[in-house]
Amino acid sequence: MLSIETNNLTKKFQNLVAVDNISLKVNHGEIFGLLGPNGAGKTTLISMLVTMKKPTSGSAKVNGFEIKNNPNEVRSNIGIVFQDPSLDEELTGYENLEMHAAMYGISKNIRKQRIEEVMKIVELSDRINDTVKTYSGGMRRRLEIARGLLHYPKILFLDEPTIGLDPQTRNHIWEYIKKLKKEQAITIILTTHYMDEADLLCDRIAIIDHGKIIALDSSNNLKNSLGGDVVTIESNECKKLNALFKKAEWIKGIDCNENKINIRVSMADKKIQKIIEMISKNKIKIDSVNIHKPTLDDVFLHYTGKTIREENNSSKESMKIRRKAWGRGR
Amino acid sequence: MNRELVAIYFMIKRELIRFLRSKSRIIGSLGMPFFLLAIMGTGLNGIISTPNANGNYLDFIAPGIIAMVLLFGSMFCGVTVIMDRQFGFLKETLVAPIKRTSIVLGKSLGGAITAIIQGLLILIIALLLGVHLEFSNIIFVIFLMGLISITFVALGIALASTMEDMHGFQLIMNFLLMPMFFLSGALFPLDSAPEILRYISYIDPLTYAVEALRYFLIGYSPIPIFISIGILSAFLVIAVYFAVYLFNRIEN
Repeated sequence: MLSIETNNLTKKFQNLVAVDNISLKVNHGEIFGLLGPNGAGKTTLISMLVTMKKPTSGSAKVNGFEIKNNPNEVRSNIGIVFQDPSLDEELTGYENLEMHAAMYGISKNIRKQRIEEVMKIVELSDRINDTVKTYSGGMRRRLEIARGLLHYPKILFLDEPTIGLDPQTRNHIWEYIKKLKKEQAITIILTTHYMDEADLLCDRIAIIDHGKIIALDSSNNLKNSLGGDVVTIESNECKKLNALFKKAEWIKGIDCNENKINIRVSMADKKIQKIIEMISKNKIKIDSVNIHKPTLDDVFLHYTGKTIREENNSSKESMKIRRKAWGRGR
Repeated sequence: MNRELVAIYFMIKRELIRFLRSKSRIIGSLGMPFFLLAIMGTGLNGIISTPNANGNYLDFIAPGIIAMVLLFGSMFCGVTVIMDRQFGFLKETLVAPIKRTSIVLGKSLGGAITAIIQGLLILIIALLLGVHLEFSNIIFVIFLMGLISITFVALGIALASTMEDMHGFQLIMNFLLMPMFFLSGALFPLDSAPEILRYISYIDPLTYAVEALRYFLIGYSPIPIFISIGILSAFLVIAVYFAVYLFNRIEN
C-alpha cells in the first residue's frame, strides 16, 4: 500500500519555483528521507502534503486521500513535527497534549491513557505536569514528537527533527525514531540537511535540490551507484587536476568544484601511488588527499556539482572557514 | 460530543489557564484603572459635579473605568494571536482537523471570560474605594461585560490576523485604544463636550459600553439602555464576522 503518491506536484511563489514537478511514491511503513540544502524545497513539499499550503499544480494523495479535496481526512491521518517549535510554553506537557487530543477528536475516556502512553515512548513521563518553558530544547522536541503520535497517525512528518540540537540529544531523538519504526506500524517522512541523519535513519532517500528530486534510492544504492571508492583531493588547481584525470581511462568519474575534486576508481588503495605520481609529475600543488567509501555527500556532489555544505552557507567567508575546519577534522 | 465543541471548550480552557498562571498580567492590568480611580477620581471628586443623581465624580467614572478594563483586557487577548504565531502554537491549531471558526470562537469566549474576571476585580476595588454601586442588577452587568468583551476580543483577533508581528500592537494601543477610551465619555459627560467630539463618540462602540454599564451600576445614562445594548450587539456581530473572515485568510 502506498502512503504517499504525488503527481507533478508544483508550488510556485512570485518568481520562484519552490517545488518543481515532483512525482514520488512512498510505501507504507518506510522511513523516507528528503535530503537537501536549506531552501531546496523540502519544507514547501511537506507543507503541501500536510495541507498547509495549496499546490500551484499537480496532485497528491496522502494515505489514500487527495490533499486538495479532503484536507480534513488527510489531517486526521497524519502527525506533524514542525521545523520551528509549536508548543504553548505556558501550558504543561500534559495540557499541550490534552489540547491536541481534543482537536483530533480523541474521546475523553481514552485521552489520559493515550497521553501517558506517548509520554512514556519519549521518556517524559516524569515531566508531564511541568510547564513547557522549563523544558530543554531536546525535551521540547520529544514532546512534539509525542504530540505528533498522540492520535495514532498513519504517517508522521518530521521536518528537520534535530535542527539546532546538541549531538547527544540528536542521538537520543534518532533512537526514538528508530524505535518508532520498529514498534509502531507507521510511515515516517523526514526532511533533513544532515547527511549522517539521512544515512542512519532512512530506508530510502530522495535528494532534493532547487525543487527537484535529483536522485532517489536507498542510501547504499545511492552510494554504490557512484562505483568503487572515492579519492578526494583538495587543491587550488582543480581545473588542472580535472584536465589531467580526464585522460586516464581507469578513472570512472570525476566530480569537481572550486577547490575540491572527487575521482571515483575501483580499489583506490592500490591506485593511490599512481595518482600521486601523476600529480607530482605535472607539478600541481595539492593540500590533501583522502580515500574513502562513497558518502551521501559525494553522491550530492556528483548530482549537483556542489557539496551540501556550500549550499548551506550563504557567505563565501563562512564557507571558507567551515571548509577549513571540516578539512582539519578529517 | 461534537469535535468542534470540544475544541472550543479546550481553547477556552487554554485562555483561562494562561490567564491564571500569569499573575503579573492580572496585577499589571489592574494598575492603571486603580490609579485612575484612586488618584484621579478621588482627586477630582471635590471640584467636579457630574450629571448623575448624587453628582459624585468617582461614581460617575467607575463604570467607565470598568469598561476600560474590559476594552484593554479583551483587546490584548485577541492580539495574542500574534504571539501564538510567533511562538509557533498557531500552526499547531491551524493544521488540526477542526474549523478555524471554532478556533476564533474558542479564543473569543475564553478571552471574554478573562476580561470579565478583570472587570469584576476592578468592580470590587471600586467598592473598596467607596464608590456607590447598584448591585441588584449584577447578573445584567455580567451579561453586559460578556457582550462588550466578546466584541473587543473579536476585534483584536481581526486586527491580529492582518499583522505579522508585535510591532503593530503599539500602534493599536496608541491610535485605537486610547482614542476609543477618551472619546467614550468614560471620564467626562459627553453632553458638556464640544459638538464635534460628541459626534465622533457616537461611532465609538465603547461609548455604548460605558453608558450601558452606567445604567446598570449607577442608574444614570443619557442614552436609553435598549439603544446601547442594540448597538453593542450590532458591533459584536460585525466584529465576530470580521474576526472569522480575516482569521480564515491567514496563510500558513
